Amino acid sequence: MRSFLKRLLGHSSGRIGAFIVCLYLAIALAAWVGITPYDPLKQFRIDRLQGPSAAHWMGTDMFGRDVMSRLMIGIGQSFLVAFSSVGIAALVGTLLGLTAAWFGRLWDGVVMRLMDVLLAFPAILLALLFITVVGPGTFTSILAIAFVYTPIFTRVVRGPALSIRARDFVDAARTFGSSTSYILTRHLMLNLVAPLTVQVTLALAWSLLTESGLSFLGLGTQPPNSSLGLMLADSINLMEMAPWLLIFPGLTVMLGILGFNLLGDALRDLLDPRMRRAAA
Amino acid sequence: MNYLLRRLVTFPLVMLGVSILVFVAIRLVPGDSITAMLGTEAGLLTPDQRQALAAYFGLDQGWLVQYGKWLSGVVSGDLGLSVTYGKPVLDVILQRFPLTLELAFLSMVIALCCGVPLGVFAATRNGRGSDLGVRIFAMIGQSTPSFVIGLGIIYVLSAGFGILPSMGEYIPFAQDPLGNLSQLILPALTLGLSFTASVTRISRSAMLDVLSDDYVRTARSKGVPKRKVIWRHALPNALIPVVTLSGVEFGYLLGGAVLVEQIFALPGLGRMTLEAILQRDYALVQGAVLFVALNFMIVNLLVDLAYVTLDPRIRLGGRS
Repeated sequence: MRSFLKRLLGHSSGRIGAFIVCLYLAIALAAWVGITPYDPLKQFRIDRLQGPSAAHWMGTDMFGRDVMSRLMIGIGQSFLVAFSSVGIAALVGTLLGLTAAWFGRLWDGVVMRLMDVLLAFPAILLALLFITVVGPGTFTSILAIAFVYTPIFTRVVRGPALSIRARDFVDAARTFGSSTSYILTRHLMLNLVAPLTVQVTLALAWSLLTESGLSFLGLGTQPPNSSLGLMLADSINLMEMAPWLLIFPGLTVMLGILGFNLLGDALRDLLDPRMRRAAA
Repeated sequence: MNYLLRRLVTFPLVMLGVSILVFVAIRLVPGDSITAMLGTEAGLLTPDQRQALAAYFGLDQGWLVQYGKWLSGVVSGDLGLSVTYGKPVLDVILQRFPLTLELAFLSMVIALCCGVPLGVFAATRNGRGSDLGVRIFAMIGQSTPSFVIGLGIIYVLSAGFGILPSMGEYIPFAQDPLGNLSQLILPALTLGLSFTASVTRISRSAMLDVLSDDYVRTARSKGVPKRKVIWRHALPNALIPVVTLSGVEFGYLLGGAVLVEQIFALPGLGRMTLEAILQRDYALVQGAVLFVALNFMIVNLLVDLAYVTLDPRIRLGGRS
């Protein structure tokens, strides 16, 4: 583990990606426990639309709320949605992919055709359809994004699981009387850690992107709560007068996604030898 | 079974699955369909009127019968009536589709014209400063959401040059080519820039793979000029993954780039779907989602066909 971390930090993309992700995680944690420069909902009416200053490093919005505090809460909110949705998608997708590969036949056919149907929709449209049924909100965003990305995890797991299942050591484990759950968790899962780690990291980037997009459209996090997409949507009519309302949330979204993308690329380089040559 | 044949056989089955999912999803929306159809006006109905309407629309029958009737309507092009527009759903969709189609096409042209040369340029200068520059550009481009790029473009134009993008009704190209392009160029550039980053990355990576192949080395050792080796020998093979990526992306864009259409106030398919969701026009949501999914699947099938044509190993069963 320690040598892997050393290799990851020795990779230029991995180093930068890990730094950004750790920084964002620290900000998200601080926001979750309530450590922000100001109360993100408190309105300083006299200071409305003030530019960046010593008192408000990233300025204030149209209600006089501190942009930096709201941005920190927004990062926390986006991370909450991203980690929860990817966690659910990875868990459900892995379970479906593993069982489809292991049991095969009818179950495999049913699961994979269902995944084909879900993959027949563009991701954002499937999320919109889900929100139509359940209604907008943070919890819905989590479920919608998880729903959209589950088929990807199912496919990522099923392919390698099928080939591992046919390997000699799995036959040997069966012959020695190992239970199905033991073989699935110890033999198949352990061999799937590498592709899953890469997929989870990249999915976190997509999830951040989708969450900010849904909130931007007014279908994700609802006001007065803060989210990066919502802050960008609020900036549309004020961007000429108060460009900091656009610049800071825009850069924050971009940097967060960049962090996960860089980390995902580095993990792929380190864990998937086929990709090393292309990325060299 | 042959890959191509299997793809063709599963296509109608997946389409049937899509139709079931869309049908069931809309019926899972809280509240009954009459309320969904009439909105607040449904509150004015008497129980008898409500029952008569349910019988008229066949809503008093089982889901299976309803699905059968709906599906036969869909097959004959009847997707129902949009409550918001008071017009058949298919008419509303077909009215919005040309803009979305043109936007998708323009974005793809921009992305391919910029992304492929950039990818080839970076691959041929692997490890040098210019390669690093292209890789950084591509990584940042891929990490920037299209709506952030769009807002950035609008800000630069309005704050720096005092101009605002042309919004409002769609101007068809045949009617006013200049007006059409002035309306679509910025949204196309917004989508194209995001897409350029992906095309650049995949072109570079595919080109690096191909450049280290034996046949390229053989051509170089036989004295074929470097430029000819890159553009004539290596590039056609490196384009195979680019074709796949472009096809999938084009399919996504045909679904309406909802965020970009929203920012630039373009009356496209994506914005229409969003408005239908917000106004609870379920017939329109149902029709639009089905239409987009069908487009997406057709484009993906065409991509697979192109892929099979370009790479004969797949036709021979190399891909499962």
